Amino acid sequence: MAEESFLTDHFLGQLISVGEVDILVGVPTHNNAKTVRSIVETIQAGILTFFPRERAAIINADGGSRDGTPELVVRAAIGDAQRGSKLYALRTLPSISTQYASSPANGTALRTILAAAELLRAKACAVISPESTQLTADCLAALLKPVYAETFDLVLPTYRRHRFDGILLTNLLYPMTRALYGSRIREPYALEFAFSGRLGSQFLAQNPWHEETARAGSEVQFTLAAIAGGYPICQSFLGTKGHVERHSADLVPAMRQTVGVLFSSLEPNLALWSAKTGSEPIPTTGAEQEFTLEPLRINRKRLRDMFLTGVTELETVFQSILSPSTLAELQRIAGLEESRFRYPAELWVKTVYEFAAAYHKSVISRDHIIQALAPLFRGRAFTFLMENRNGSAADVENNIEGLCLEFERMKPYLVEMTNGRE
Amino acid sequence: MREMVISELTQAMQELSRGFAHILPRIIVLVIVAFAGWVVAYLLKVLLRSFLRLIKFDKLSESAGASQLLSKAALPSATELLSRFAFWVAWLGFILLGISVLGVFGFQEQIAKFFLYLPRLFAALLTMFFGLLAAGFFSRAALLAAVNANLPSPRLLSVSVRTIIIIFVLSMVFEEVGVAEETVLVAFGIAFGALMLGLAIAFGMGGKDLAQQFLERRFGQEKKDEGKEDELSPL
Repeated sequence: MAEESFLTDHFLGQLISVGEVDILVGVPTHNNAKTVRSIVETIQAGILTFFPRERAAIINADGGSRDGTPELVVRAAIGDAQRGSKLYALRTLPSISTQYASSPANGTALRTILAAAELLRAKACAVISPESTQLTADCLAALLKPVYAETFDLVLPTYRRHRFDGILLTNLLYPMTRALYGSRIREPYALEFAFSGRLGSQFLAQNPWHEETARAGSEVQFTLAAIAGGYPICQSFLGTKGHVERHSADLVPAMRQTVGVLFSSLEPNLALWSAKTGSEPIPTTGAEQEFTLEPLRINRKRLRDMFLTGVTELETVFQSILSPSTLAELQRIAGLEESRFRYPAELWVKTVYEFAAAYHKSVISRDHIIQALAPLFRGRAFTFLMENRNGSAADVENNIEGLCLEFERMKPYLVEMTNGRE
Repeated sequence: MREMVISELTQAMQELSRGFAHILPRIIVLVIVAFAGWVVAYLLKVLLRSFLRLIKFDKLSESAGASQLLSKAALPSATELLSRFAFWVAWLGFILLGISVLGVFGFQEQIAKFFLYLPRLFAALLTMFFGLLAAGFFSRAALLAAVNANLPSPRLLSVSVRTIIIIFVLSMVFEEVGVAEETVLVAFGIAFGALMLGLAIAFGMGGKDLAQQFLERRFGQEKKDEGKEDELSPL
């Protein structure tokens, strides 16, 4: 209950009037007027269809929207969902909104939802992205049921994606999380997930919630906290992933909130991850991952050019981070002509592990280490595109699996570097 | 006459002996103070060196870019340099204290000036160190940002940032130690102004096409979007 202090009095009053609930669905928003209404209606339909007898509430944590998003959430009446789906509510379904800050901060939004879930003593809680336009009532049930009706504490999503979407996820985040913690979690960075009240309360109490976490990265931290705490985790297939960002400028912020968080988890969880070997699959409802193969026009040349610029211009920075042999190998492949260029899995894994160790030892500013990895990731992305240019879904999956095994095989190298004296 | 000469000589010898007897204890005090000062300064050097090694000062100096400068000037590491500096300042202070015991006219004032100057010297050294640290950090930040934004000549940008900060820091350091304050101020003003003017002319003349491309990209997006290729989604 200590967390209630950062919630506004008005919001606390609204929560008190709601009383205890069984299920809580949180929707963090910021200027999502175009999509939020349909999302809330889908959530309402999901609750009416699959949890008609449970006490439920929808909480909107808003980061200072100026397009009337909170009003739309509050005004989305239960009647609209009932008319559309011919469903009848046995209980009221309150939908309340609070503005946690005047600018968006994912971490603070999650903290608000967690605090609300704790105050309302919710047994199961789901967080739904306001941009998940593909979300259906079945998806909501797929997320909530394993927590509410079974014994899982965290349910993460799996999706149908384009084979070249989420390359940072498939080439770094998933394989490294899997190698470090031994759990084959396909989406460690989830924007839709469900969790139990006890996991939510524990994360709320233990997470430091400093300024850096408040901005971004709390999603990965939440997943890692569940793994580190030994909570039962499962995955549910949610269909096609909605809303995909396609801006190259998003790479560095995306790396900060995912790779940065993963690297920073090395220190507090050192004993846990260094003792793990291999990996185990986790219970999954539906497909573990599906790939679509429709053509996508991608500027491959730009990826390689940015890799070359990085290797040439950042040599002094890489000298502080990478071993001389890795740097020399990177410079060698940078000199290859486009048709022969290849950033092999082994070199990529070695690079990532050396970056992780440099981050762990803070050889230079940690944010600079993450930024320096971005150009090298572009080189790896280029190779991934080339290797899977004509590949089937199975080929892409095999390629990712091969990379995962390489991350697992070379893990002792990371252990040695992080345990080694400076 | 002879007796007078002998008497004068005897008197002079006696005065010399008296003077020598008067100054000898002071010289002994000077030697003792200098020796004690050497011991204290040496201990200070050893302690400071151990402390700096403990806090990994060399690593900090390396990331500030100070180590590279020292190595180019064939100087020892930052830890060693700072320890030696502390040794010499401390020993010199003790020697000056010892000399003050001799009671040489006008020397007391100079010694007082020296001790009053020490805080400024330390402040200047600290300014220099943190200035170099800031220059290293911001030049690397500029380099990384430029590389990730795919800007042309990232290294030039980085070096420019570093140079501007170092010029600024040096002017502060000279002002602090009081070396040619006015000259440094004027030189800084001229150098900074010239640099800015040079950059403005260079960007204006040389970057005309680049600026045009940038403006077209920024404001003519709708037209360009037709032929645009998809970007990869990282997550």
